Amino acid sequence: MVAAALAEIATHPAAGAALDIEQVSHAFDIDGAELPVLSDVSISVEPGEFVALLGPSGCGKSTLLRLVAGLDKPKAGRLREDEERIRSPHPSRVVVFQDPTLFPWRSVWDNVALGLEAQGILRSQRHRVDAALDLVGLSSFRKAYPHQLSGGMAQRVALARALVNDPKILILDEPLGKLDSLTRITMQAELVSLWQRKGFTTLLVTHDAEEALVLANRVIVFSDRPARVKADIRVDRPYPRHRGDPYLADLRRQILGLLGLDATW
Amino acid sequence: MSTYSLSDGLASGAPRLSRAPLLAIWIRDSGVGVLASIAWIAFGLSCLWWEDVGDWSRTHSLGIAAFVIAAIALFGTVGVDYLGAAGQALHKRAPWLVALGAFLTVWEVATAKFAWLPLPFFPPPQAIIEVYTDDLPKLLDSVFASVKLQLGGYLIGATIGFLTGISIGWSRAVGYWVHPVLRFIGPLPATAWLPIAFFTFPSSWSASTFLIALATGFPVTVLTWSGVASVTNAYYDVARTLGARPSFLVLKVAIPAALPHVFVGLFMGLGASFAVLVVAEMIGVKAGLGWYLQWAQGWAAYANMYAALIVMSLLCSGAITLLFSIRERLLVWQKGTVKW
Repeated sequence: MVAAALAEIATHPAAGAALDIEQVSHAFDIDGAELPVLSDVSISVEPGEFVALLGPSGCGKSTLLRLVAGLDKPKAGRLREDEERIRSPHPSRVVVFQDPTLFPWRSVWDNVALGLEAQGILRSQRHRVDAALDLVGLSSFRKAYPHQLSGGMAQRVALARALVNDPKILILDEPLGKLDSLTRITMQAELVSLWQRKGFTTLLVTHDAEEALVLANRVIVFSDRPARVKADIRVDRPYPRHRGDPYLADLRRQILGLLGLDATW
Repeated sequence: MSTYSLSDGLASGAPRLSRAPLLAIWIRDSGVGVLASIAWIAFGLSCLWWEDVGDWSRTHSLGIAAFVIAAIALFGTVGVDYLGAAGQALHKRAPWLVALGAFLTVWEVATAKFAWLPLPFFPPPQAIIEVYTDDLPKLLDSVFASVKLQLGGYLIGATIGFLTGISIGWSRAVGYWVHPVLRFIGPLPATAWLPIAFFTFPSSWSASTFLIALATGFPVTVLTWSGVASVTNAYYDVARTLGARPSFLVLKVAIPAALPHVFVGLFMGLGASFAVLVVAEMIGVKAGLGWYLQWAQGWAAYANMYAALIVMSLLCSGAITLLFSIRERLLVWQKGTVKW
């Protein structure tokens, strides 16, 4: 079934897009005072790369993702997807949020169909919804409502809802943050295999160094707010990766050191 | 209905010889049904045993009808295993049948037979039955007039309220202008407009429709608005990243998310509009149940008043039930919704 689903999706090839974040700064207005959250951030992401953004909580990583998604506009700097300025949201850049934020009034199938429906192409593309549900292994739950799903299942549906659009850049905002540790490990493996098979560029915000190292090609470490790029680390290890890999353990120690947590290690 | 299970027999280790437990089970399962039957026989007897103190034509028929209901209750209880869903429904309502039979018996004895309650004001059951059989055309006309007026006003009010609520919730400019008006005029009871409405509108019918729409529209507007306002931004963010245009955000995100609130408004509006309907019919409109009540009072026809009240409460309750079932249909996705 999964093989058929993959063949189905392969007819809509979704290669990754390049992403350029150029000298982006951003700030929030809070009661008239300006609170800087991003300070001169420049990151260049190759097509198909899996980049993890790691930093202390509240440092502004999620803000950066909102800028990449086009939900907000930066105060300074530019963001480009394949050389084209990002000015507004577009289904080629889809976000999976920390909360699944499924629409409770829609069944699982209708939730996954949301993007195609919003773009007005659902009628001719219904099979893509079925394929996306197959891909995350939830075909038998197509008629269920969100309140009937477990946390992991809901997050899978959110993933299917993103993937059905064949995004060129998949933006993941701590999507596994609220899952229990077992579900989390399973979902990490699933994420890697989906990314490998479909080749989209992936941007993952996380505050878990281990998760970043198990999943990503590249880990970018941010400073405290306002976030600046503190380190840009390549992780040249084949998949599937082992949590116990001494190379990764070493990198993890380095990263935690960068985040000011070396005392605990 | 037997709930006797195989394991009971096996656990005891010996076949049951005594018939006492079976009797106990039978009394537990069927006792209430038999009691219901007895209560209705009592009602029937109370109708036929003594002479009426007044002149009512339906006493005899009512007694017979009570016996028929008693028979149905008895057969339904004995044959519950063969009657399927109908039998189960009867079984579930048996306690209410007991209470109803007992109440009717007391009512009959206290009014028609010994006049313990002062008579013209407390008519016996048969007097009310008599209204339904002898004054049916007029009553039906009134029901029809009331339903027409209520339905028209309510639909207009609910539609306008819904659209206004969505617009206020969605557009800052609309909110700026409509919100103060709403705050100023909304809390005013719609009935306060009665005198003005009846001379400014061309007909009493249009005036009442306006008032019912007003009473309905205010709660529907406010709750639809609060529903739209309380939709979390996360839903909009999700839809926007998936390529949704503003029209999609309104129709497929804001409205469905606000629907539970809208229904609260619709319920409140329904309650308020009933009040306006009856008052409008009592004061200005020359038709409908409110007018019938007023007319019956003028003739000191108290049985007619009770009869009209019963019909009115059935209609109002029916309207609420209908609204609840629509809500249940539209909001299946909500878990643990309130049942009516």
